[in-house]
Amino acid sequence: MSDIKNAILEYIKNEYLEDEDEDEIDFDTPLISGGIVDSFSMVSLKVFLETSYKIQLPDSKATPDAFDSVNNIYKLLKEFNIQ
Amino acid sequence: MANIGSYESKLNDFTWEVAEKELDYKSGDIINIGEYCTDRICRMGNKDKPALIWKGHSGEVKKYSFDQMRVLTNTIAHYLVELGLQNGDRICLFMDKVPELYFDFLGILKMGGVAQPLFSAFGPESLITRLGDAETAAIITQKKHLSKVRKIVNDLPSLKHIIVIDHDGRKPLRDRETAFFMEKVEPIENFDIFPSKAETPSVLHYTSGTTGQPKGAQHVHYSLISQYISAKYVLDLKDDDIYWCTADPGWVTGTSYGIIGAWANGVTQCVLDAGFKAQNWYEFIQEQKISVWYSAPTAIRALMKEGDQIIKDYDLSSLRHLCSVGEPLNAEAVIWSEKVFGLPFHDTFWQTETGSIMISNYPGMHVKPGSMGKPFPGITATVVDSKTHEPIDTGVVGLIAIKPGWPAMFRTYWNNKKVYNSKFVNGWYICGDRASIDEEGYYWFVGRDDDVINTGGHLVGPFEIESALLEHEAVAESGVIGKPDPVNMEVVKAFISLKDGFESSDMLNLDIMNFIRKKLSPLAMPQEIEFIDSLPKTRSGKIMRRVLKARETGEDIGDISTLENDL
Repeated sequence: MSDIKNAILEYIKNEYLEDEDEDEIDFDTPLISGGIVDSFSMVSLKVFLETSYKIQLPDSKATPDAFDSVNNIYKLLKEFNIQ
Repeated sequence: MANIGSYESKLNDFTWEVAEKELDYKSGDIINIGEYCTDRICRMGNKDKPALIWKGHSGEVKKYSFDQMRVLTNTIAHYLVELGLQNGDRICLFMDKVPELYFDFLGILKMGGVAQPLFSAFGPESLITRLGDAETAAIITQKKHLSKVRKIVNDLPSLKHIIVIDHDGRKPLRDRETAFFMEKVEPIENFDIFPSKAETPSVLHYTSGTTGQPKGAQHVHYSLISQYISAKYVLDLKDDDIYWCTADPGWVTGTSYGIIGAWANGVTQCVLDAGFKAQNWYEFIQEQKISVWYSAPTAIRALMKEGDQIIKDYDLSSLRHLCSVGEPLNAEAVIWSEKVFGLPFHDTFWQTETGSIMISNYPGMHVKPGSMGKPFPGITATVVDSKTHEPIDTGVVGLIAIKPGWPAMFRTYWNNKKVYNSKFVNGWYICGDRASIDEEGYYWFVGRDDDVINTGGHLVGPFEIESALLEHEAVAESGVIGKPDPVNMEVVKAFISLKDGFESSDMLNLDIMNFIRKKLSPLAMPQEIEFIDSLPKTRSGKIMRRVLKARETGEDIGDISTLENDL
């Protein structure tokens, strides 16, 4: 479980945070409503999840709410038997 | 009663002098937008009235009165002068929607500088293009965006100062960098505001075109006249309104109506500095009792997607007038808003270059869902033939054209007078948008007349993306188009042929997406990439985007006699 969550967290830190951004983020940090991942960038996060875990996330599931924290994303992945 | 009264009667008796008179301005007077939005409102007896109510993503709320805003903008202006910056210097604003962004904008104008706002999600490549072209003298930013500036600073010899508004001392600042906390320095009660005149440059907004790099649309302080009166007539802003413009001041709506129009009218405005989430938006309206809401079709459609049920959890009865801008507002969205809010969204049409609203639906005027509305009083608009540039018949699709001379019209493209001049034909400013006019005078949007992509209400130039794509190690050539999208109107789609030795894969797809997102911006990131063996080109080697677009949308490809290779 924590391997998947850590991998997602690491990806978000590397891809969406700037080098000088010193704010710590954790599994509960709001990503979308917190302004870390905007609605356009959400598409690349979706592609990352689909590519990494060999799944297809329908648009109806890939909502701002479902992507709003690493914990929420993990909950979504569990629906696709990724755990 | 709406501010505009009857639209039809305003058409007959309106001149820009109406706005000048209301603002106590006479030709030749000093006119400084910074002064008009702060000191003047205080002199009118509104010192203690809230000017800005700001809420951050963590829930923190800050409130500033007009007098506090007056002193803070003085303090910023004084600091910039002390730093050695002079009137006419381009000073870039590169930050999130924090209070400093709004006050720095007005502070720059107060000291005679030219405010150059840039969207904070821009990557280093987008930044250097715009800062290099404008020979920007200073940039005001946050520590979270500093790394992007540091990556390009050595290639910007004109950039003398990098001002960090929230430097906490944990890491040392570098050469040219300086820290400035507007609320921790000695407040400046009185500042000698720069005596700008009507034609003094005020704001430089960069906008994308089909060819070449983005161009800086130069505005002047006289734009205030249009922005003030259109905010009053179209947004219907009144003294006791609580107004929310959801646009980011990195784009023109965020400055013309997210700063100037509202505050020149002395209205309280709210800012939510957080990512999009329907619950948070409705909660914000409820908490702050928003009465006038100016948003964008993409956001409205995103709210529609969240469903109607959620709206019932909030008291949104404070809303009384809704407007929309950025791209055409589809009829379904207007009908939906009437159903769930009891109010229609009023579509407004204008551009970075026009500086203020040109065509709109007005309070009190019958709204035809899906229509852009009618020209603003004082604006002479028509639709012209794309070849002759002569006005055409009712119902026929042509190019939207505006008779030059309104106060907020851009005065040039920075460093590019030639392209500026090319926008004016037969005595008309040609907007580059196609539309028709019906028998009742309503305008109906059809689409862009060029390859510029309108995504989420923002224009993105395909050339800029194609150029950046070529810098990726795997890309041999590319063609970029706008792909129709139900929420964003269009999204960026890239057709890419790969260099020898590279093979298409999901990982490469993701790598290219992130490459563009970080280099340019999330808006420019291709949301879809199609790898193809070769791109359709003219015999002279120019990539034919219209062929790619026709292939994508299934439309007729048209004349392909100049096509070099088979499809």
